[in-house]
Amino acid sequence: MEKLYKFLKYTFIILWTVFIVAPFLWAISTSFKDFQSVNSKVTYIPWLDFEPTLEGWRVLIKSPARGGVDIVEPYFNSLFVTCTASLISIVLGTLAAYALSRFTFKAGFVRNNDITFFFISQRIMPPIVLSIPFFIFLSTLGLLDSLIGLVVVYIVLLMPIAVWIMVDFFNRVPKELDETALIDGCNPYQAFYKVVLPNSIPGLIVAGMFCIIFGWIDFFFAFILTFTEVQLLPVKVVALNSSITPWWSLSASALISVAPLIIVAFVVERYLSKGNLSGALK
Amino acid sequence: MNFKHKYVFLFPGLFVLIGILIFPIIFTIRLSLSGWNSYTPEMNFIGITNYLRLFTDDPRFWESFFRLSFLSVTTVILQYIIGFALALIVWREIKFKRFFRVIFLIPMMTTPVIMTVIWRTFFHESLGPVNDLLGNLGVKPILWLSDPVIAKFTVIIVEVWQWTPFMFLLLLAGLLSLPKEPFLAAAIDGASPFRKFVYVTFPLMAPISIGAIIIRLIEASKIMDTVFVLTSGGPGTATETSSFYIYIKGLREFQMGYAATLSFTYLVIMIISLTIIAKVLTKLMIKE
Repeated sequence: MEKLYKFLKYTFIILWTVFIVAPFLWAISTSFKDFQSVNSKVTYIPWLDFEPTLEGWRVLIKSPARGGVDIVEPYFNSLFVTCTASLISIVLGTLAAYALSRFTFKAGFVRNNDITFFFISQRIMPPIVLSIPFFIFLSTLGLLDSLIGLVVVYIVLLMPIAVWIMVDFFNRVPKELDETALIDGCNPYQAFYKVVLPNSIPGLIVAGMFCIIFGWIDFFFAFILTFTEVQLLPVKVVALNSSITPWWSLSASALISVAPLIIVAFVVERYLSKGNLSGALK
Repeated sequence: MNFKHKYVFLFPGLFVLIGILIFPIIFTIRLSLSGWNSYTPEMNFIGITNYLRLFTDDPRFWESFFRLSFLSVTTVILQYIIGFALALIVWREIKFKRFFRVIFLIPMMTTPVIMTVIWRTFFHESLGPVNDLLGNLGVKPILWLSDPVIAKFTVIIVEVWQWTPFMFLLLLAGLLSLPKEPFLAAAIDGASPFRKFVYVTFPLMAPISIGAIIIRLIEASKIMDTVFVLTSGGPGTATETSSFYIYIKGLREFQMGYAATLSFTYLVIMIISLTIIAKVLTKLMIKE
């Protein structure tokens, strides 16, 4: 019985690992192929099944004028929008979360929980519902097809995440901590800044990572609200997909776009294993 | 500890959010009462004509809504079962624990649309590896993307791949934060692993499970990116979800007024049904 259970357990996780890794392996293999090895029959292993070439990767650094895929600019655009929006969301979200966790608010029938719910409920809004008004909103402000416009929209996307994680986190930081600081003569801002904040680094890191993930992977808003001036990475890669771009450069650009955040998986795992995450995320 | 300074903490975030959102919401409601389309791009007032059309003469929207419900509920159930199983396995000591944990997390870090671009080549009916490998086993080529029934399952496979890690992460973080005492007590009583799960682990995990399921349902109901790239709602309308249908009406056919009607109705339905689901789940999973 014990043996059987163990066998099933390992079979399950190994199968699941294969399932997770399969598309990556396929993409890596495809990125080294040429026309012949993609279109004649299905090939898998370089050297054995086909002769690998670097053409798919070379296209990425060529200038568009010479038939290259310009992926560098979208890369930095994505980086800029994600980081700026995450930073603003974390700052504003953390302040609001601290207020919601420590003080009581009362306005008519509205209580703390209702305000927290208001923040988090913004995630329910499907992007499509917001995209049409945002389109008109941003075009009136002249921010359509600009980085600033995207940052504004992404704040709506990311602040709920920051508030959700930080309210939970602050609820777990003992209140005595701030009270002691207040008795010691700090004003409330100093108590927050000098005492609570330094004790909240794990929560801030988790919230930051989640904001960066959900900012980096968003496609729809970038797709609707930008055209030619500003292109974000996902939009660029999907545009390649619908044009006549060959599979090898498509795979190479897809791989290079998803690569940076995979590092985040290692960071998350580290926090998980050290036990910091379980407090920050529940 | 209660003083005026509390507003200084709360208001910046609250007002930025309200400031950005207030216009879109009011605008959507107003737009839904207008006949704004590509012939008359103006904010006229046509009353509830759009709503009448939606409720009496638009089966395609309701079909897309039921399809969305089917897709999101199925994927979330699968994600919950698989995610919980994976979390339970790597919760305890096993070989290469940290390696598996990293691997299980990776898909959620990748951009759905970009991975879907790869999945499209992966499920390609004549040049993709899936049909080729199955062909070696003697299975006839499967129409992953062009059969109306199978295409739905292809979408489910991709969604499960993409988002099970999120469920896994929330559940594992929950498992790691559980108190130790109940497990010790169960061990002293000599409970079997199965009974331990049913009577100790699962009840302790119920609140976390509900939270995770609700969060995933919210995110799954927005399913759009995958469908957009993988099948573009096709074949026919076989994988068209509500979001995608609203997108077609609003930004392809430029029936802005009607699309706003769809959006607003959809939003109301979503909020009501998610509230009900949350209530029902709480009742089902927490007995007391």
